[in-house]
Amino acid sequence: MSDLRAAVAAGALGSEENYRELLQAIVEVARAIFGARASSVFLHDESTDELVFEAVAGEGAGELIGQRFPSSTGVAGWVLVTRQPLVIDELEQDPRFAREAAESTGFVPKGLMAVPLLHEERALGVLEVLDRPQQAAFSLKEMELLGLFANEAAIALDLLQRAREARAVLEEQDGQAAALARLAERLAEAEPEQREAAQRLLEALEAFLGASSGLSLDDSL
Amino acid sequence: MEHFGDPSLPAWSLPAGSAERIAIGVEWPERVTRDWAFGDSTGEGVSVCILDSGVERGHPLVGELEGAVAVMKTEDGRLEVNEDAEGDLCGHGTACAGIVRALAPKVGLHSVRVLGAGFKGSGPVLLGGLRWAIEQGFDVINMSLSTTKRQFAELLHELADSAYFRRTVLVASAHNMPVESYPWRFSSVISVGSHEEQDSLAFFYNPAPPVEFFARGVGVEIAWLGGGTIRSSGNSFATPHIAAICALILSKHPNLTPFQLKNVLYLTANNVGGGR
Repeated sequence: MSDLRAAVAAGALGSEENYRELLQAIVEVARAIFGARASSVFLHDESTDELVFEAVAGEGAGELIGQRFPSSTGVAGWVLVTRQPLVIDELEQDPRFAREAAESTGFVPKGLMAVPLLHEERALGVLEVLDRPQQAAFSLKEMELLGLFANEAAIALDLLQRAREARAVLEEQDGQAAALARLAERLAEAEPEQREAAQRLLEALEAFLGASSGLSLDDSL
Repeated sequence: MEHFGDPSLPAWSLPAGSAERIAIGVEWPERVTRDWAFGDSTGEGVSVCILDSGVERGHPLVGELEGAVAVMKTEDGRLEVNEDAEGDLCGHGTACAGIVRALAPKVGLHSVRVLGAGFKGSGPVLLGGLRWAIEQGFDVINMSLSTTKRQFAELLHELADSAYFRRTVLVASAHNMPVESYPWRFSSVISVGSHEEQDSLAFFYNPAPPVEFFARGVGVEIAWLGGGTIRSSGNSFATPHIAAICALILSKHPNLTPFQLKNVLYLTANNVGGGR
């Protein structure tokens, strides 16, 4: 039940969208800082063992969200399974890579940086930054910066996953928990007088439920 | 309990008057130089195992493999080790093999494929592959990968220690982020991070572990699928540089234990006195 309580308390119905926006903001900043053509975050969907585009900035933004591919393919796949960051400075014309890349990114990049999104002991997904300016040679400083973004993205991805799990819990409870969450939302939006009346009603309900479950003032003395 | 060395030698204690029996089969010079350690070495006679995504057979930068197997999970959850007919599914293992071959052209290269069949279940496959590789008695095992799952840490630790006592050197990629992952954090392995110099034989000892050595890991030309090459960066590629240097040393000094080998690496590191 702790999941349920947390879900209701956090107003899970709205938070998922907020975390998605946070993730989107992170890829936008990563793209801007590196001066790159695109940046994206992939979530590892454990149930299907696939990588899913969760946020995209720059090239491919808007079209790629929700697209999926197997977790063992592409550079993102390497990075996920080895849990090692990887930078490709120059891609020669390898048709196999080009096709694979085009399928998974919508265009063929000349270079890319990819880093695993690790949170506690889980590998949640991958952050990629594609096509930095050619004149800027890659250095370990950039790897460090990429690591900082990855840390941020991993936290956002973790929050997003939790919000989704919470929503799934709400939806599973035959609508009861969802009804409670809606009630909490309405209460927050209500006029002060309405809220006061509702508060008294809820207190009465709480007392009623407490009494019917056998709890009484006597028990606590 | 298995005794890994010569069974005629004392295993658990040293009786009076037996010091002669454990004389060390390595002539140590007054000063360990790179020339003594691996000058003119080609890696001949040393076996190096690439525990990774497989290796593309016949890639010009890799050449012949002495063996290639794939570790896979069967439908009923058992692990099977079979001849690997598929080669490399993503390119990572081929890249590592090419780096080892470039520095140590005459090593015997072996591939143990533990990646490529998806992310799920990759932990047990990795452990099974490492166990198998240690049982084969390879001299050096290159692990440009890690796991963050704590449930595997204890078993990996036991495997790493068992390799250490069986004279199999485990060379493992470190993380360049403050992440708890394994096996690179264990002191029985040689852990590797990247430096930015373009010299493939430049390596540094880190006096502030857990990352113990830094090797070339930025802007490395690596073997890529389909016989090609690309320029790439990452600790994944620093690791096979150290694995290759270990092979060069072991080729000249086959009796070194992993403890002694790490000491030779330390003494010949660019920032220690080795230089060249």
